[in-house]
Amino acid sequence: MQRKAENIRHGTDLGVPRILRVDLNSGRVEVKRRPDLAPWLGGSPLGTRLLAEEIDLQAPALAPQQPIVFAIGPLTAAFPAVTKTSAHFKSPLTGNLGESHAGGRLAMALRFAGYDALVIVGASHRPVYLTVSSNDVRVKDATPFWGRGTEETGRILRENEVRLGSGKRSIIRIGPAGEAGVAYAGVNVDTYRHFGRLGLGAVMGAKKLKAIVVGGDLSFPITDVKRYIRIYDRTHDLAVNSPAMQKYHEIGTTQNVLPLNAMGALPTRNLQAGSFEGAEEISGEAFAEDLLLRKYACFGCPVGCIHIGLLRQEFAPGYEYRYAGVSYDYELIFSLGSVLGVSNRTDLLALIERVEELGLDAMSAGVVLAWLTEAREKGLVPEHELGAPLAFGAANAYLEGLNRLVKDKAEVWQVARRGSAALAARYGGDFALQVAGNEVSGYHTGYGSLLGHAIGSRHSHLDAAGYSLDQQKTNLTPNEIVEALLREEQERCVFTALHACLFARKLYGDRALVREALATLGFERTEEELDKLGRDTLRLKHRLKAAMGFTLAGVRLPQRFYQTPTPNGPLDEESMQMALAVARQRIEQLLAEAPPETPKLAQAMVASS
Amino acid sequence: MPKQLKASQLEKCISCGSCMLACARVRQQSLSLERSAIRIRTAGGFRSSLICDVCLACHEPACAAACPSEALEPRPGGGVVLRKERCIGCRRCQEACTVHGIHYDDQLGYPIVCAHCGVCARYCPHGCLSLEEVPVEEVAYAAES
Repeated sequence: MQRKAENIRHGTDLGVPRILRVDLNSGRVEVKRRPDLAPWLGGSPLGTRLLAEEIDLQAPALAPQQPIVFAIGPLTAAFPAVTKTSAHFKSPLTGNLGESHAGGRLAMALRFAGYDALVIVGASHRPVYLTVSSNDVRVKDATPFWGRGTEETGRILRENEVRLGSGKRSIIRIGPAGEAGVAYAGVNVDTYRHFGRLGLGAVMGAKKLKAIVVGGDLSFPITDVKRYIRIYDRTHDLAVNSPAMQKYHEIGTTQNVLPLNAMGALPTRNLQAGSFEGAEEISGEAFAEDLLLRKYACFGCPVGCIHIGLLRQEFAPGYEYRYAGVSYDYELIFSLGSVLGVSNRTDLLALIERVEELGLDAMSAGVVLAWLTEAREKGLVPEHELGAPLAFGAANAYLEGLNRLVKDKAEVWQVARRGSAALAARYGGDFALQVAGNEVSGYHTGYGSLLGHAIGSRHSHLDAAGYSLDQQKTNLTPNEIVEALLREEQERCVFTALHACLFARKLYGDRALVREALATLGFERTEEELDKLGRDTLRLKHRLKAAMGFTLAGVRLPQRFYQTPTPNGPLDEESMQMALAVARQRIEQLLAEAPPETPKLAQAMVASS
Repeated sequence: MPKQLKASQLEKCISCGSCMLACARVRQQSLSLERSAIRIRTAGGFRSSLICDVCLACHEPACAAACPSEALEPRPGGGVVLRKERCIGCRRCQEACTVHGIHYDDQLGYPIVCAHCGVCARYCPHGCLSLEEVPVEEVAYAAES
């Protein structure tokens, strides 16, 4: 009857968030049901709320007391394409709000381990990894594989943690970049997904936390199974058959390469141009026809957008070949392809593979190398420190550059580890492709894209998809774009509560369907409650930002963005700054709507005003 | 004609898990992997091919032979039917199956047995799984060879 007791201990009531908190200082583990957090539903809202409780607003991002929060949503594993886990932390790249989302199997593994959120605080003295299952949590020694790449680390952990079951466990780990504290080190999730952006890898590295392995074997009863299956079938059908999802499972996100190039929005050679003569070669079509090995899916997603390309390289004369499967996506083709002037598909896959192995964010790493290349051309950085002969199109030099980013002790590389904004501040050159400290995405489409980066709570293109707004040719003024972006980010705060993949946003953009899906699992939510959730979450994010010293008044976009015209014409600095002033006003209004959410935030707001 | 589930096109599998979730959802009214009679796993890491552990519909099933309480009965078309009320939870069926075709749920305390109903195949987006009619003679032949 021990089994029964275990079941009761876990509880299989999905409605009340169950939080696991691990303190790496002491190894102490705490599990709490938090009915008070139920209004935050899950995913990004729940994670942000937990971050607000735990964060040290003043201390640096890599201080040992800083928390990492992982959160899944109410629909995780229960509906198609609901595959995401969000990570919340203080970003070592921006010194401000850090949030990154990943797919793979992590969300499913947390669901079946029985946790809606995992909070990690403190730091270990020796390298460790954490295992989380439905009946155990352990902190284990990782000393033997500290310093190893992400692939070997994954292999070691797969063998060590057989107990957690292949196919239903998730292994997330950092590479040498996270260990070295590169401000944009990412975390590899399973083999092909990542918490890429804003430096979660460095935060784990500072905690000497090499990896987390999650797996569980809980089962959750479904009360109204008929209704559940009916809604499930509707969403499954939409995911498999609707044209909205077709792009993702056919060519994939790389379908964007040619259209963006044709319109002059594909950042090329550090955005000295908006179109690339090598675009055909690195297009989604060319990859698919020539090198696509197969596709994979995140757990619970019938779409399967993960495209795996064949990297086949001759390593010695005499037809000596090695091969590997490397996943490619649009953002990587921009950041390790066009923005570096690299047009050879195999070279591009080799760069992606190196980024994976080191555990870097591909977007920031590529943009940093692009900045260094232009700075080298202009003689702004000391050649003897640089070592690698960085030049646009020189893939081998970039492979070496990636290694130096992680390991080289010369000053220029140490600064490069802090990002392109830090490089521009140290060496001059107003051409860093960053906004508010975060390197931009591959869309030089217009005001929407850049304003989206500037006013988004994590300065990510996915906060409000301004690049998409630009491509709709709406003829909105910059000020109107600001309003549209703020509305969109608020809506996405609801969407990322669920926590569905953003690629399924058309599917789960249907509020009525979402409410029905939630209801089948016991989450009754009114339209108004969902609206309030979005607004409360956006407000809390901006409150956290303000409390950590961020203000849009301090945001100035590098000149490069104005020099290279967009498909919507050249951008004008004055209009941009005016729109930013409008955004600043709107965010101040948003903050004034409600008192600070926690005593800590109230205190910080008083101190900053 | 009796039917058999066949996982014969696994090279098309994208590892989405829709089949596993469908089995547990429809047959066990549960959001679960443990209660699925079909399991997709990797042979260690995504870079290798996928493996499907499911009942292969033996005509003279070793699991049924190993059952001390006659809880598993051979099913027309191959495989077995579970008589839950007779099961003593000894897991000998699971040990007897050399192809990992029988799963066991600790919380329920009885094996999870494929019914060859084909619900998993209905949710497979790539046609890796299929429910095929098998003439009785063919089943017998497969068992002999």
